[in-house]
Amino acid sequence: MLKNEKTQEKEMKKEMMLKVSDIDPKFKYEISKLPGAENVLLCFQCGTCTADCPIARFDDFYRPRKLVRLVQLGLKDKLLSNDVIWLCSTCFTCIDHCPQDVGIADIVRALRNLTTREGKMPVVYKEIASNILKTGYAYVIPGLRLKKREEEGLPSLPKASVENLAKLCDITGLSKMLEKVRT
Amino acid sequence: MSGSKYLLFLGCVIPYRISSYEISTRKVLDKLGVELKEMPEFNCCGFPLDPINHDMMLTLAARNLCLAEQQNLSIMTLCNGCFGTLNHVNKELKEDEKIREKVNGYLKEIDMEFEGTITVKHLIHVFAQDIGYERIKESIQKPLNPLHVAQHLGCHVIRPTKYVGFDDPENPSVLKELIEITGAKCLNYMDEMECCGAPIIGVNDKIPLQLAREKLDHIRAVGAQALVTVCPFCHMMYDLNQPRIERTFNEKFDIPVLHYPQLLGLAMGFSPDELAFKQLRVDASRILTN
Ligand code: SF4
Ligand code: SF4
Repeated sequence: MLKNEKTQEKEMKKEMMLKVSDIDPKFKYEISKLPGAENVLLCFQCGTCTADCPIARFDDFYRPRKLVRLVQLGLKDKLLSNDVIWLCSTCFTCIDHCPQDVGIADIVRALRNLTTREGKMPVVYKEIASNILKTGYAYVIPGLRLKKREEEGLPSLPKASVENLAKLCDITGLSKMLEKVRT
Repeated sequence: MSGSKYLLFLGCVIPYRISSYEISTRKVLDKLGVELKEMPEFNCCGFPLDPINHDMMLTLAARNLCLAEQQNLSIMTLCNGCFGTLNHVNKELKEDEKIREKVNGYLKEIDMEFEGTITVKHLIHVFAQDIGYERIKESIQKPLNPLHVAQHLGCHVIRPTKYVGFDDPENPSVLKELIEITGAKCLNYMDEMECCGAPIIGVNDKIPLQLAREKLDHIRAVGAQALVTVCPFCHMMYDLNQPRIERTFNEKFDIPVLHYPQLLGLAMGFSPDELAFKQLRVDASRILTN
């Protein structure tokens, strides 16, 4: 038990140790160019976002304040390889409450987009993307459901123009990204 | 009285598994004189793809907006997520020339162009702002008097404030007023504005289930007989997932979750069957006794 605690402590210390070489000093500027993340440099670490974040209440590691600090420090690799960035539920409470108008949810989205560019994303997003490209909808709506709509007197669903969606997927770079994904 | 007319944007989750929301909305709006036109050839609003490719989200949303522009009609959504995305993108493209040019560059590929001629509303805006409390009041035939419920408004219909600008996100009152018009009492409870957590289902199920459990716990504590929602995602978290929450936390809730149009429809005199009450996962018959 005691031993366990000691190794845990050691690991935590290791986790907290930063090497200057881990730092990408230009990362914060890269992020600040992305839509919604323009004010990332203005965060003064007050902690309002973390205090009001519903996810931070139930997860031991998800801390929006800390994520912004890591961006400012330039710990790009640490951020992009960290699964916690996928936990934001986009409730936008932080956006409404931040005294510096930092746009945390947008910064988190920017981090996710960068991670995806490197070929990584939770498998659920790959499924959703492939559903949209196949059917226009985020879920594959079963034939039975479509029949039931008729019985319920609901108008039939329009067919999505799949060719056009494929074109948009190519031109926005999503197709390339999806090819890269290993999940 | 000449009614208003909207393009109904259904989104994905309603046709996939929450048609009770669609059925009850159509019934109620028809009686209130709001005309709905079906959205042609629409696609997912774009919201689920924002985490992996912001530009694709913008473009999917913009394509839907262009379809509405071609019909010269404003969009009404039933889903908070669809509203949040389409409204945000609509405003951003109208205001920000650089983003508009970029997105129009993408849309050119499919011969479309965003012009910025329509607006996007959520069902609750149509109730509160277009139809108005007075007209809804006049439509009430069977007030739901002894019923006590709680509201869950959800996030994207009200935040971020700078893009929505409706009601008070810290202490929202519009849905409460709409509920009380039916004669039901809307009870206050702790953390009313807490998120349902649905957007991260699939990435992490534990946290959303904990969030939803907490909400059910808080509304039970004040004695609410039902929860009222205006979003299919929120509804899914509290209704469809309620048995799963009960199993996970070994706790019994048995709290029916109604779509607001179901509640209003009851008070307007529609039968529970007409409002698709049977499709709810948590049996709501016990609140229908009179
Ligand atoms: S609320 Fe804003 S300023 Fe305060 S820590 Fe969070 S991001 Fe930084
Ligand atoms: S938007 Fe994300 S980071 Fe911000 S408060 Fe909500 S869950 Fe937390």
